[in-house]
Amino acid sequence: MAMIDEPLYPIAVLIDELKNEDIQLRLNSIRRLSTIARALGEERTRKELIPFLSENNDDDDEVLLAMAEELGVFIPYVGGVEYANVLLPPLETLCTVEETCVRDKAVESLCRIGAQLREQDLVESFIPLVKRLASGEWFAARVSSCGLFHIAYPTAPDALKTELRTIYGQLCQDDMPMVRRSAATNLGKFAASVEAPHLKVDIMSIFDDLTQDDQDSVRLLAVEGCAALGKLLEPQDCVAHILPVIVNFSQDKSWRVRYMVANQLYELCEAVGPEPTRSDLVPAYVRLLRDNEAEVRIAAAGKVTKFCRILNPELTIQHILPCVKELSTDSSQHVRSALASVIMGMAPILGKDATIEQLLPIFLSLLKDEFPDVRLNIISKLDQVNQVIGIDLLSQSLLPAIVELAEDRHWRVRLAIIEYIPLLASQLGVGFFDDKLGALCMQWLKDKVYSIRDAAANNVKRLAEEFGPDWAMQHIVPQVLDMINNPHYLYRMTILHAISLLAPVMGSDITCSKLLPVVINASKDRVPNIKFNVAKVLQSLIPIVDQSVVEKTIRPCLVELSEDPDVDVRFFAGQALESSDQVMMSS
Amino acid sequence: MNGGDEVVAAPPGPPQLLDWKFSQVFGERTAGEEVQEVDIISAIEFDKTGDHLATGDRGGRVVLFERTDTKDHGVSRRDLERMDYPIGRHPEFRYKTEFQSHEPEFDYLKSLEIEEKINKIRWCQTANSALFLLSTNDKTIKFWKVTSQETSLVARSRRVYAHAHDYHINSISNNSDGETFISADDLRINLWNLDISNQSFNIVDVKPANMEDLTEVITSAEFHPTHCNMLAYSSSKGSIRLIDLRQSALCDSHTKLFEEPEAPSSRSFFTEIIASISDIKFAKDGRYILSRDYMTLKLWDINMDSGPVATFQVHEYLRPKLCDLYENDSIFDKFECCLSGDGLRVATGSYSNLFRVFGCASGSSEATTLEATKNPMRRQVQTPSRPSRSLSSITRVVRRGPETPGVDANGNSFDFTTKLLHLAWHPTENSIACAAANSLYVYYA
Repeated sequence: MAMIDEPLYPIAVLIDELKNEDIQLRLNSIRRLSTIARALGEERTRKELIPFLSENNDDDDEVLLAMAEELGVFIPYVGGVEYANVLLPPLETLCTVEETCVRDKAVESLCRIGAQLREQDLVESFIPLVKRLASGEWFAARVSSCGLFHIAYPTAPDALKTELRTIYGQLCQDDMPMVRRSAATNLGKFAASVEAPHLKVDIMSIFDDLTQDDQDSVRLLAVEGCAALGKLLEPQDCVAHILPVIVNFSQDKSWRVRYMVANQLYELCEAVGPEPTRSDLVPAYVRLLRDNEAEVRIAAAGKVTKFCRILNPELTIQHILPCVKELSTDSSQHVRSALASVIMGMAPILGKDATIEQLLPIFLSLLKDEFPDVRLNIISKLDQVNQVIGIDLLSQSLLPAIVELAEDRHWRVRLAIIEYIPLLASQLGVGFFDDKLGALCMQWLKDKVYSIRDAAANNVKRLAEEFGPDWAMQHIVPQVLDMINNPHYLYRMTILHAISLLAPVMGSDITCSKLLPVVINASKDRVPNIKFNVAKVLQSLIPIVDQSVVEKTIRPCLVELSEDPDVDVRFFAGQALESSDQVMMSS
Repeated sequence: MNGGDEVVAAPPGPPQLLDWKFSQVFGERTAGEEVQEVDIISAIEFDKTGDHLATGDRGGRVVLFERTDTKDHGVSRRDLERMDYPIGRHPEFRYKTEFQSHEPEFDYLKSLEIEEKINKIRWCQTANSALFLLSTNDKTIKFWKVTSQETSLVARSRRVYAHAHDYHINSISNNSDGETFISADDLRINLWNLDISNQSFNIVDVKPANMEDLTEVITSAEFHPTHCNMLAYSSSKGSIRLIDLRQSALCDSHTKLFEEPEAPSSRSFFTEIIASISDIKFAKDGRYILSRDYMTLKLWDINMDSGPVATFQVHEYLRPKLCDLYENDSIFDKFECCLSGDGLRVATGSYSNLFRVFGCASGSSEATTLEATKNPMRRQVQTPSRPSRSLSSITRVVRRGPETPGVDANGNSFDFTTKLLHLAWHPTENSIACAAANSLYVYYA
């Protein structure tokens, strides 16, 4: 690995910069740690660089984070796996800093190195490190240790395995909630590395303790553990041990715990199998869909499609659909919005008839919701329904909804609906589009808000792509070009922008015959901003049109602009001329 | 909520009257020295172990002190926690370091000056050998890390929690979960994660749709010391609300309401003003809440919402003077309060740099008045704390001559310009740190 492929001078600089006052320089240097190591050679890296880094633990978070990351891939630079041990001390130190993201990265790197270590090194170095951290004086060390057990455990001798399980159990009862949270978070990973008999005894008793923790924040994480553990256990054990816990959690006093259950429940259905799902999880889920707390209903509503995908359609129609109907008129707009963002996905699950009969009325009511986000969420997923029942049944309600959103007083809402216009166009087809939506697209080009005009110009281009140049020539281009005579220069600028976007889609002929004359004409505008934008647009047209057109039309216009009294106009005209020179030279 | 009984069922008979002695003073004023506004202490807080003490001042500085009498190298923190301190020693502190926490700012959008004055300091759990604390001014909360680098101590601002309060922040409080804290202003309480400075959740909002309907503001808020889901906040109408974060994401409705119905006979123009609670503190066991209003200290049992379990008169002798106090704005002074670690005593400040300590164990009639000077007992002003209690010790009044602008009918002197607003009780020992203008006094018993 001793490759010295960079000159020595920069290496000296990099090493120097590791100690520089300027954080940016230190950061640069840390990110090129492998270069430094290669230059130093394996031995000096082990004996000088790594000890130096070990002392450097009170630096800025960003530097420490970069260091934690680099060290994780450093085995080749210290001489391979047999020397990988030397990387443990600096990472151990990083496991004790207070910044969570640095600790997490150090743990990640330790896991990466631990997975490659020789068995002997694991037993002699890695496991003692885990034990040191687990008995650390301050909580940061103990928090970090929890994420290392699943690497340490598999290769440990039996006596040590027992000890590691005991230590993990102690971490789950630590005085500090932060440590218990970390133990709960990592329990699934640790459990996966533990042998089946111990899993059913030791790990499940640890899990039981965590599920009864006083701290809501710990119980929350135990909920996450349910799904992970459930997948490790045999279905009958899962039903015996995990199912009662999750049913309990679904009725926890704390809404945050119920919120977590609402988010996770569908994952457990597969682990317990169909019968317990029907008898226990469906009732629990129905309760969550009707929870008193809106936040819980938001989480439950957001998972309704995922949950129903696991159930059979009869159960869905019988138990879940009545709740969905209630949620579509929920008092919280955020619940309705969460429902609207997933409900369209239920159509393929229920099939055509049930969708028309049961879901369509809900779609229609959500399309008329007073809250724009709800309507937008329905519109954004139209394609999922289109595949099942076609668009016709919806189109009557769709148009008023779109028009209202298009004229919403909040520009962000208008922006959101513009983004969906190409999707709508492709779903609704040319006919529907021509009649109803064409005018809206033109209207947005004259919006008061720049972001809307910008999005509108982009929209015009995407429509031309969707329906092709012929259609665009008939339905968009003339209307767009008409607006170049608008008295306000900002609107004229939008049109220039639209032209530059349309040109590549429309092709050379239409660009020369229709678009270019308008641009050339605009070069006579009295506003300098228009004129230098003309120069920019002309520059963008050069690769599209024929060389003769460049010579005959574009260059003379640019030459004229390059003598304009305005300095910016001259600048951009000069730039465009230069680029036309380059095109000529290369051709 | 259990285990509170121990407090009441303490040793047979009332605990002994504490004999308070002067321990230390930092920043003592020499005779005739003028106090600089920026040097006036505006916050005091012990950390959980009592090994560190922090003060904040109007100039936006935070000063840290560390305990010197327990320094014992080679003994781990856990062992220290288990060890009882040898009897006879009392906490002694030395100046550790100071840093500029907040600078004066200007909000250009609202055309408002933002003072640098530190309103509150709260210590955080120590993740490693460094010290961590939160400090706040009216608008911005900062998370500080203090480490020793080589020979010097360095304070680094780790996070800044800004732009979440339209009104002035009056309280910050850490949750027992070690990862979240709240900040309260006049109308709202926000919940933060210590690791995330760019978002917070509004959990209480008492702002009415129309500001003309505003009748009550939030004056103080604190998390329960052990139950992560409970917090209490006090209001300008003299009520304390206990809320349960488990019930709902928005905690606009309270779980329990503690207030004392006013006697209609004593109603006056000042009733509402003096009812306003300036500070609340949970006792260490979490069963009791101590509140301070202008006239009294009240101790509430969170299992009993019919009224306080004890009321201690602090300023009853000022009742005839309320009109003057209103005229010179003193009636709006916000006195803090504190409880001893064992929950047997409570303390709060007063005028003329006096502070008062009351025994709250059953049968105790302890009511001591101390003055924040090197000789705290030189002026013992005894006013009956509860009508039923007899005056047990002598009533000796030492007049301070020219410094005393007013003397009331009982011969009690009071000086509105020297008020002792901020004080804190050591978490494990009978030791009180209090601020008299720019000076920090520490007493022990």
